[in-house]
Amino acid sequence: MGMTMTQKILADHAGLPSVKAGELIKARLDMVLGNDITTPVAVKEFRKIGMDKVFDKEKIAIVPDHFTPNKDIKSAEQVKFIREFAKEMGIVNYFEIGQMGVEHALLPEKGLVVPGDVVIGADSHTCTYGALGAFSTGIGSTDMAAGMATGEAWFKVPEAIKFVLKGKPGKWVSGKDVILHIIGMIGVDGALYKSMEFVGEGVANLSMDDRFAMANMAIEAGGKNGIFEVDEKTLQYVKEHSTKEYRIFKADEDAEYAAIYEIDLACVKPTVAFPHLPSNTRTIDNVGEVKIDQVIIGSCTNGRIEDMRVAAEILKGRKVHPDVRCIIIPATQKIWKQSMSEGLFDIFIDAGAAVSTPTCGPCLGGHMGILAKGERAVATTNRNFVGRMGHPESEVYLASPAIAAASAIAGRIASPEEV
Amino acid sequence: MMNAHGKAIKYGDNVDTDVIIPARYLNTSDPEELAKYCMEDIDKDFVNKVCKGDIMVAGKNFGCGSSREHAPIAIKASGISCVIAETFARIFYRNAINIGLPIVECPEAAEDISDGDEVKVDFDSGIITNVTKSKTYKGVPFPRFMQEIMAADGLIGYIRQNKK
Ligand code: SF4
Repeated sequence: MGMTMTQKILADHAGLPSVKAGELIKARLDMVLGNDITTPVAVKEFRKIGMDKVFDKEKIAIVPDHFTPNKDIKSAEQVKFIREFAKEMGIVNYFEIGQMGVEHALLPEKGLVVPGDVVIGADSHTCTYGALGAFSTGIGSTDMAAGMATGEAWFKVPEAIKFVLKGKPGKWVSGKDVILHIIGMIGVDGALYKSMEFVGEGVANLSMDDRFAMANMAIEAGGKNGIFEVDEKTLQYVKEHSTKEYRIFKADEDAEYAAIYEIDLACVKPTVAFPHLPSNTRTIDNVGEVKIDQVIIGSCTNGRIEDMRVAAEILKGRKVHPDVRCIIIPATQKIWKQSMSEGLFDIFIDAGAAVSTPTCGPCLGGHMGILAKGERAVATTNRNFVGRMGHPESEVYLASPAIAAASAIAGRIASPEEV
Repeated sequence: MMNAHGKAIKYGDNVDTDVIIPARYLNTSDPEELAKYCMEDIDKDFVNKVCKGDIMVAGKNFGCGSSREHAPIAIKASGISCVIAETFARIFYRNAINIGLPIVECPEAAEDISDGDEVKVDFDSGIITNVTKSKTYKGVPFPRFMQEIMAADGLIGYIRQNKK
């Protein structure tokens, strides 16, 4: 029987001629990732194993991005702890403030992930790198510790759901809208334990930034990973960012899928996920009157350069509504610099928005824009669970940068066409 | 392997890691400290009512959301001996196994057990007994490989054993 894209990558890294869904395997790892929240726990576990070195200094990435620049003393202690560990182990890819960015925007940009890789990260949105045709998935701190020690991880081989994309998305429709549409359709556990494989001629009409945003939210449908077929755009991206050797895996013709969906990108409308689940979606024409207090444009989902450009296109020459705080956070230093040199910051600041140094910050209710009781935010992030951005009685509405920017101007959830 | 025995504390579907342990407490990884805030955003009373050995029961997709191992750690440190759910989110499932928090998937039990019922779980067979209602349900037992990890008290113990 044929294998899916994911199964082929896993079989290769397990050194097996083939694998099938449900099988437990051990696979070789090309990259092991951790952040300032998960790495301290992993380091403590790593010590318990009783090893004095990591399996490969080049194949571990540690990115303090959640509570950094350190928001309080405890956060500072956590980062100090992992910084010292990184030094002691000689970990090459430790990214300090000034170098760092939100991990899932940073790793592809630094060329640390290429097609065909197997990547685990102690962060659920590690699935982002599927945009590059890699198998990447979120794991916990103990897995990270074991990965750093052995260069291997155990996996249960997933089955897959195939999404055949066709057509071209409309003017204000981005990868974010497509993935919110899909999560709304299949639910937050619609892809539980499964791979989400994106194929079809429509893929060519999605930019790499669109694909990153989509793979990023595979976990929001319960998916183990999201993965795109490699095409010219992928290879162009890899050429520009990495010198690592890559490999292209394609699903077999006779691979079996748990389900197959066809999605016409031309029919997807701008979509917003209402509190408190990413699956609680409504298209923009059905949102009604929702007044807002804050807008966040950033995160590992939508803090990339195209996101900044779209926000600027809408905010240009306009003003943020007086009742709204609009906070814009480019995801990495490189994106920050590029936004600056393209003049986007002038547009943001003239519009009355604040621009922050790269951080996860408000995305997880860490710092840099926490919500008070009863407040509402439109965010380009990926989760709107209870209390995600602050007070348990605050609300987060997930949307694309275009909707977020338009909402910042309107003071309520709005489409770019309305402002 | 051991068994679990305690009273059920019940929740609904899609209990996410943000409510199990809110991010505002993630600037520490100390289990006892984390346990103090366990379930705070969904059930303020949880930390007062939980007794050592109690069993958490929930619906679909338990533990969805972030990969924070702090979530199963907080639940384990709060005294919960086992979580029964209709289904688990996959990272939570791995994390629970890797840190040695027993979890059992059983839709029937997840639905039928009421808050406060006295419940027993046999991890080897996956059999769940509801003492209060005099009923049994068949949960999914752990695959062998996972039993070995659990027997070694988690993945770290397992690797240490196999390193020699
Ligand atoms: S930006 Fe948000 S979702 Fe992404 S890694 Fe940071 S906290 Fe997680």
